[in-house]
Amino acid sequence: MSVRVHVGSILHGYTGGASELVAEGATLRDVLSDLDRAHPGLLFRIVDEQGALRPHVKLYVGDRFVRELGTRVSAGATVHVLQALSGG
Amino acid sequence: MKTSRTASSTLLIGTAKGGFALEGIGRAAKLRGPFLFGAKTHDLRADPRSGRTWLMSSTGGHLGPTIYRSIDRGRTWSEAPHPPRFAPARRKTAAPSVKINFWLEPGHADEPDVWYCGTSPQGLFRSEDGGQTWRGVDGWNRNPAWESWTSFGRDGTPDGPVLHSIQIDPRDARHMTVSCSSGGTFESLDQGGSWRPLNRGVAADFLPNPDAEYGHDPHCMRMHPADPDRWYQQNHCGIYRLDRAARAKTPSWTRIGTRMPKAVGDIGFPLVPHPTDADTVWVIPMDGRTIWPRTAVDGRPAVYMTRDGGRSWRRQDRGLPRSHAYWTVLRQAFTSDAGEPLGLYFGTTSGELWGSRDAGGSWRRLLAHLPRIYSVRWSGR
Repeated sequence: MSVRVHVGSILHGYTGGASELVAEGATLRDVLSDLDRAHPGLLFRIVDEQGALRPHVKLYVGDRFVRELGTRVSAGATVHVLQALSGG
Repeated sequence: MKTSRTASSTLLIGTAKGGFALEGIGRAAKLRGPFLFGAKTHDLRADPRSGRTWLMSSTGGHLGPTIYRSIDRGRTWSEAPHPPRFAPARRKTAAPSVKINFWLEPGHADEPDVWYCGTSPQGLFRSEDGGQTWRGVDGWNRNPAWESWTSFGRDGTPDGPVLHSIQIDPRDARHMTVSCSSGGTFESLDQGGSWRPLNRGVAADFLPNPDAEYGHDPHCMRMHPADPDRWYQQNHCGIYRLDRAARAKTPSWTRIGTRMPKAVGDIGFPLVPHPTDADTVWVIPMDGRTIWPRTAVDGRPAVYMTRDGGRSWRRQDRGLPRSHAYWTVLRQAFTSDAGEPLGLYFGTTSGELWGSRDAGGSWRRLLAHLPRIYSVRWSGR
């Protein structure tokens, strides 16, 4: 099923400048993996090699904040991948 | 015989906000960059074998660590398709994730596309395609003793525990060393397949056992290029030399920093060997008293040189600030060129680049106002 994915500007280097993407998948993990096929390297900037979300990465399904990559997404949902920068 | 520096000399500078290259010498020198502006660059190196490839470690925002590669002297960069990453966890045991690609090291001259990368936590990775694809060195990363040697990858510097000072014996690509902060120095005779700690004689005043086999805190370790059996080390607990040819089963380090002036001490980060004289090295002391300010001692920066293997030290501060200079120089941020007389260069935590054209006899500020400098590497190509 298709979902819309909004990515923050910090990831635009991987998406060719696009902030609105479309991906397929039944879970957040599936959706991000599908995005990585179209935009190689994107997944590793969001999830580390042990499958953990990188610090300060914030995922939303609709307006619901989620931390579990196994979270199911429904057709037509909007996923937000945002990153809260901090420090000097 | 004097060897003139050429216009092709380049200083590659890694900073807290990206990479830079100072090309040429003197008034004709030109600063290029920043490369990957905004990303922490702990190391930036040119391939001394081909002169063609530049590799740059990069940690951008909260995007995690990666490596960029340029084959046109930094004009364009592409991300490594497979940057260093630890193997997935086995069963339910915790496994580390790379936080920083900290130290980049070209491989042996006979292995032209091989590079090594030391990470935080203390991982070792190898590329055989010029830095594009990286694989873990299993003999280190999956060594049953790794957790003990590295304190589970938890005990380290303010930026995290790091593996650094990857040294390849120019006589034998199989012989290599790594050093860990914390963990100590380790040697492999089979290109990373197996390792042994080599820390005998090194103080570790933060460990309960003064004769611990590992757990030490080397800040910078060098196989001397003029004699790869002679090693020098700037440690958290002093300056040391090891003469490996002594044929002892477990060679022992000798503290040579005891000959430094008592008021200055022998604590610091970087150490630079002379390219052709095994008795000559330079260090830059920092204040390691009381709560470790980690700045120039008394606000008066100085380089110290030994020309007799550490039996005596000479202060070299002509041209450096005389007072109220509270910066220091990190472990990758001090280097030499191959000129005669020798050129020396260091970058400071306050973003200044300093250089000497007379082996440290006098110093001149070459650049100011850069971000915090993590690394300075020289390339003659």
